[in-house]
Amino acid sequence: MIKFLQASKRYPGGHDALLNVNFEMQRGEMTFLTGHSGAGKSTLLKLIALIERTSRGQVIINGENTSKIKTRRIPYFRRNIGIIFQDHQLLFDRTVYDNVALPLIIAGQPPREIARRTRAALDKVSLLNREKSYPITLSGGEQQRVGIARAVVNKPPLLLADEPTGNLDPDLSWEIMQVFEQFRQVGVTVMVASHDLDMIKRLGHRILVLKDGQLVGDSARPEQGSLPP
Amino acid sequence: MKPTSTDQLLEDIPSRDKPGLATSVRTYFLRHAQVFFYSLGQLWQAPFSMLMTAAVIGIALALPTGMHVLLNNAQQISGGWDGAAKVSLYLKQKVSEQRAQKLANKIRKLAQVAEVEYISSKKGLEEFRQRTGYDTALKALDDNPIPATLVVTPNLRFNNAEQIEALAVQLGKYKQVDLVQLDSEWVQRLFAIMDIVSQGVVILGIMLSIGVLLVVGNTIRLAIQNRRDEIVIVKLIGGTDAFIRRPFLYTGFWYGFFGGIIALILVFLSLFLMSGPIENLAGLYQSQFDLNKMDFGTIITILVLSIGLGLGGSWIAVGRHLRDIEPR
Repeated sequence: MIKFLQASKRYPGGHDALLNVNFEMQRGEMTFLTGHSGAGKSTLLKLIALIERTSRGQVIINGENTSKIKTRRIPYFRRNIGIIFQDHQLLFDRTVYDNVALPLIIAGQPPREIARRTRAALDKVSLLNREKSYPITLSGGEQQRVGIARAVVNKPPLLLADEPTGNLDPDLSWEIMQVFEQFRQVGVTVMVASHDLDMIKRLGHRILVLKDGQLVGDSARPEQGSLPP
Repeated sequence: MKPTSTDQLLEDIPSRDKPGLATSVRTYFLRHAQVFFYSLGQLWQAPFSMLMTAAVIGIALALPTGMHVLLNNAQQISGGWDGAAKVSLYLKQKVSEQRAQKLANKIRKLAQVAEVEYISSKKGLEEFRQRTGYDTALKALDDNPIPATLVVTPNLRFNNAEQIEALAVQLGKYKQVDLVQLDSEWVQRLFAIMDIVSQGVVILGIMLSIGVLLVVGNTIRLAIQNRRDEIVIVKLIGGTDAFIRRPFLYTGFWYGFFGGIIALILVFLSLFLMSGPIENLAGLYQSQFDLNKMDFGTIITILVLSIGLGLGGSWIAVGRHLRDIEPR
């Protein structure tokens, strides 16, 4: 599903955000990406979603080499990826329902389908009773769940989450992780960037460790490096 | 969190079913209609600033439109005068009435001439007296100072400026004729002036249209900047440029539409206010002149033009500024 081949990203000015990263993720796998801030977690996710392009090397998503995707086609490519952000990135002038429905509207789904799927997604994150609320009236955890509902409403085969629990207390964080776990169980590939090592170790999935832009640890391949204590 | 069964998830997740073509097309048009009215609703949220922009567009378009309508009217009036161009032949004092009548008959036979009217010096004096009221002054004179006159009306087939000019030269060659005067000279001068004015209206119209483009472009640019975050989010979840562009283009459409309506209202109002005084003036000339209002074609043209300018302005702004907004 995800394959990094000697992928590097150098930002203008010469800073290497990622350097020669190699790893592979199978369909339906759930992986945590960790490392100190500035280690390149966000850059790695941005390369997958084509928010940034690689400077060298290749990133292959679902069999497609991302460097070959023309800018004009990026929107269609992104519709196959659900992205969850630390700061939620919700539209505050629209209701919860409208926020979650947006990817379906963009994809040109018929109205009845939009209503059905939006409610199904909201139900999955237990926010069906708040569909008419505005995001500003929700708690941080609820806003994050709206973000998750929006990411999954289009049934993408790949979910990316950048520090989804960064602002949440441990209980809420755990709940959010359980939602991801549910999607993994039905065949969705999930990649979560998080620096909350304690929690991700307890979840027992594969862990990739980045340091200064390099992959220094992979729990699936211990010979590549060790996990931090 | 409410537990959801894996079955329910399973049932919902794996298929990414695509809607059929007919549904897609219907959804596409429905979406356009929704954005069309959504953008109107957005504008209506701040009616004052919307009307301000629309009023700028309206005033800018009303000016050349109004001038165009007035010019059309002027051309219509003077078009009537052009047909009435006449050549006056002032005969020498010593020419007798008999010889004058003879000459009139001779001229009548010319192909270019429709009609010749003989005005004797006596009759001419009478008319002059009636019209001016210089009664006592004329009585003081020994002789009648008014020459006998032949008023020649050219045949309609020879009614353009050059042919009348040629006729005048030809008639001036008769030895009985003292002076030839073309009544149409001032009409031609008026036409020349109106040509200049009409060119001026076109140039003014073009400049003000560019102004409208810039006003709409700038308004849309600000709207894009205000919704920068939203654009970034929509791009992140797979919105195409066309999808993002759509509401801004429709906003431009509405600005153009309301601007055009305001322009039409302003022109109608001005014509209404001017029609009184103009009828008054026409009355002084014993003319049955009615100020021509805008016809249906002009109204449609103005609306189409202003909507086009609104769309064009927003297209320019959207093309320039949407590309700069990318998720980082």
